[in-house]
Amino acid sequence: MPQMNMIEAIRSGLDVVMDKDPGVVVLGEDVGYFGGVFRCTDGLQRKYGEHRVIDAPIAEGGIVGAAIGMGVNGLRPVAEIQFADYIYPGFDQIVSELARLRYRTCGEFFSPVTIRTPCGGGIRGGQTHSQSPEAIFAHVSGIVTVMPSNPYDAKGLLISSIESDDPVVFFEPKRIYNGPFDGDPERPAVSWASHPKGEVPDGHYTVPIGKADVVREGSELTIITYGTLVHVAVAAAAETGVDAEIIDIRTISPLDIGTLADSVNKTGRCMIAHEATRFGGFGAELAARVQKECFWNLEAPIGRIAGWDTPYPHAFEWQYFPGKRRMMAGIQSMMSVE
Amino acid sequence: MNKKSRLHIPRPSARPGDKPDFGYLDLSPAGSVDKPSIDSRTRDIEYLSSGLVRVLDDDHAAIGPWVPDLDAGKLQIALRWMMLNRVFDKRMWQIQRQGRISFYMEAAGEEAVSIAQGMALRPGDMCFPSYRNQGLYMYRGVKLVDMMCQCLSNTRDMCKGRQLPIMYHSAKANMFSISGNLGTQYPHAVGWAMASAIKGEDHIAATWVGDGATAEADFHHAITFAAVYQAPVILNIVNNQWAISTFQGFAGGERRPFAARGLGLGIPGIRVDGNDLLAVYSTTLWAADRARRGGGPTMIELVTYRGGAHSTSDDPTKYRPKDEWSEFPLGDPIERLKQHLIAEGHWSDARHEQLEEELKAEVLAAWKEAQQYGTMTEGPFLDPSTMFDDVYAETPHHLESQRRRMIKVEGANGGGDT
Repeated sequence: MPQMNMIEAIRSGLDVVMDKDPGVVVLGEDVGYFGGVFRCTDGLQRKYGEHRVIDAPIAEGGIVGAAIGMGVNGLRPVAEIQFADYIYPGFDQIVSELARLRYRTCGEFFSPVTIRTPCGGGIRGGQTHSQSPEAIFAHVSGIVTVMPSNPYDAKGLLISSIESDDPVVFFEPKRIYNGPFDGDPERPAVSWASHPKGEVPDGHYTVPIGKADVVREGSELTIITYGTLVHVAVAAAAETGVDAEIIDIRTISPLDIGTLADSVNKTGRCMIAHEATRFGGFGAELAARVQKECFWNLEAPIGRIAGWDTPYPHAFEWQYFPGKRRMMAGIQSMMSVE
Repeated sequence: MNKKSRLHIPRPSARPGDKPDFGYLDLSPAGSVDKPSIDSRTRDIEYLSSGLVRVLDDDHAAIGPWVPDLDAGKLQIALRWMMLNRVFDKRMWQIQRQGRISFYMEAAGEEAVSIAQGMALRPGDMCFPSYRNQGLYMYRGVKLVDMMCQCLSNTRDMCKGRQLPIMYHSAKANMFSISGNLGTQYPHAVGWAMASAIKGEDHIAATWVGDGATAEADFHHAITFAAVYQAPVILNIVNNQWAISTFQGFAGGERRPFAARGLGLGIPGIRVDGNDLLAVYSTTLWAADRARRGGGPTMIELVTYRGGAHSTSDDPTKYRPKDEWSEFPLGDPIERLKQHLIAEGHWSDARHEQLEEELKAEVLAAWKEAQQYGTMTEGPFLDPSTMFDDVYAETPHHLESQRRRMIKVEGANGGGDT
């Protein structure tokens, strides 16, 4: 089976659906001739033409707004917002229009737009190229919010997202585009080549939306996480020697609460980890739901590991990023509760 | 020049108690603005954005290069639609005042916009309307009773009680849904038009926004995209002088006409007498032909006057002179078409009165029918558990669970009378 990094997997996903469905069009800043600043659309314009892979003006609100109109006219647009940090000029179009068009017209109109956007830090991006705004979108009814953590899931979930008639905000954790990252910036980068989830079929397949993945089975503690921190959790659990069950939720909304509850009811301990800021973060929703479903089986308060509640500082990136040290400290603290 | 910088606060020409003053409005005599070929370059037709295209002159004659090919029969039909729009609005306004619907917006004084533009477009063209385009919904085949049921949020409401009154939609009529957030439909129209061109179809899109909402970012995003991709779209700006209480100067209309907004992007703009049905029809047809034949977008500023309040929620006598509408130099679109038809020998006061009575009866009959499907106080009522439908294509488990909870706690009909 071919080995792909996440960029290649995303490109392959786009290629597969564009080949299958002539209604799929890609639009965004630098996505066409150049192939995207992260190269996710490289070669697609040459293959599918300028009418299907469209370089857009620098106006995220326009990109989303035009994509909505294209979707209403029968196309299946995939819009790229170059960085998740740039998504806010398109926020009203996403929240007030894209998310609610089906609802307000009782299904007479809908627009199956997928918005791809790279998120997260760890690439020296500073406070305008590092944010993880997934909780903001998860809060909006009518939007599906997805964040894959590896090439296999990225391609399968992207195909599911594009083929879905619901609007999807598809977050791509850019720190792990080229390889899994264990949260220790001192160690040499590794590629996806040796990772089982770097094995990606060439053709069409899907990973279902709304289904979490148990990355590692364990008995002592459940770590609920997604995106880059999946790999940090795996490394931190291994180093502490705690037999942790690690769950990658993959779809943030709608949430697969059943898989999470089953795990926490089994282990009795739950730690939630995400890179986004803690206050009002998606971890708060996860904690509330797990508490409700698993209260009588909990042996310790639910813990949260998250980015600090500050903007993402350029020079102190590794003090900000919830890396291996913080993850290990969190695990040890949870296990010390008798 | 002053020696210091200064902050300019736009002020309308008249406030309550002042004599109405439309001196700020540049007018051209009917028939005086040339009609260029549709393949003209934008730079060669900039005059269209500063002049005022008018067909009907002060003696009610149709004159000049923009006289459209509309016979008396078609004009009588146009008059009927404008009158229906107004009769409908008056009835619905009254119904809101009686507390039988929560909200309403009338189009008094602006009826020519919806009707003339509706006539100039083809059924396959897609409309992305603003909230004062109810005439377009009517013209394109949405039944009065269905519009009333929407306003009532009753069991036949096309929106199933999810939208404020007047926020209609009709996929069958190629009428997009009204949002409630202003200007958001502009980029949708451009994207729709781009898709039409991508698919190689000759359907065009048309969209409407008020003078006030041209200040929204969506307007600027949309016209940039329209210009960049030469999308087949008509970008209408209905300049009715007022955005609730702020006059058009607060949207930047003091120094250049709204029709000129697109010139910097190479989009031709036409400033047209929005109360002259013939001129509106003619300019729209020009823009539609241009779009359909690859000429790209056209911006049309329809100069008109908001005859009524912004909505049932504001009192215009608090911010503008009471008699401003009667002093508006472009008059009333219904009256002007009526006088034109009378002058041509194709209409009379008696026929006009008779038609108005017929339309009142038609609207009243629709209202009687609409109430049979439920009112705000009398059943049948909508099932509140449908509020969980259509959030997603398939209802996810957490919404099904909330639906069950809602029925359990609020009762099967949401706590209403059982």
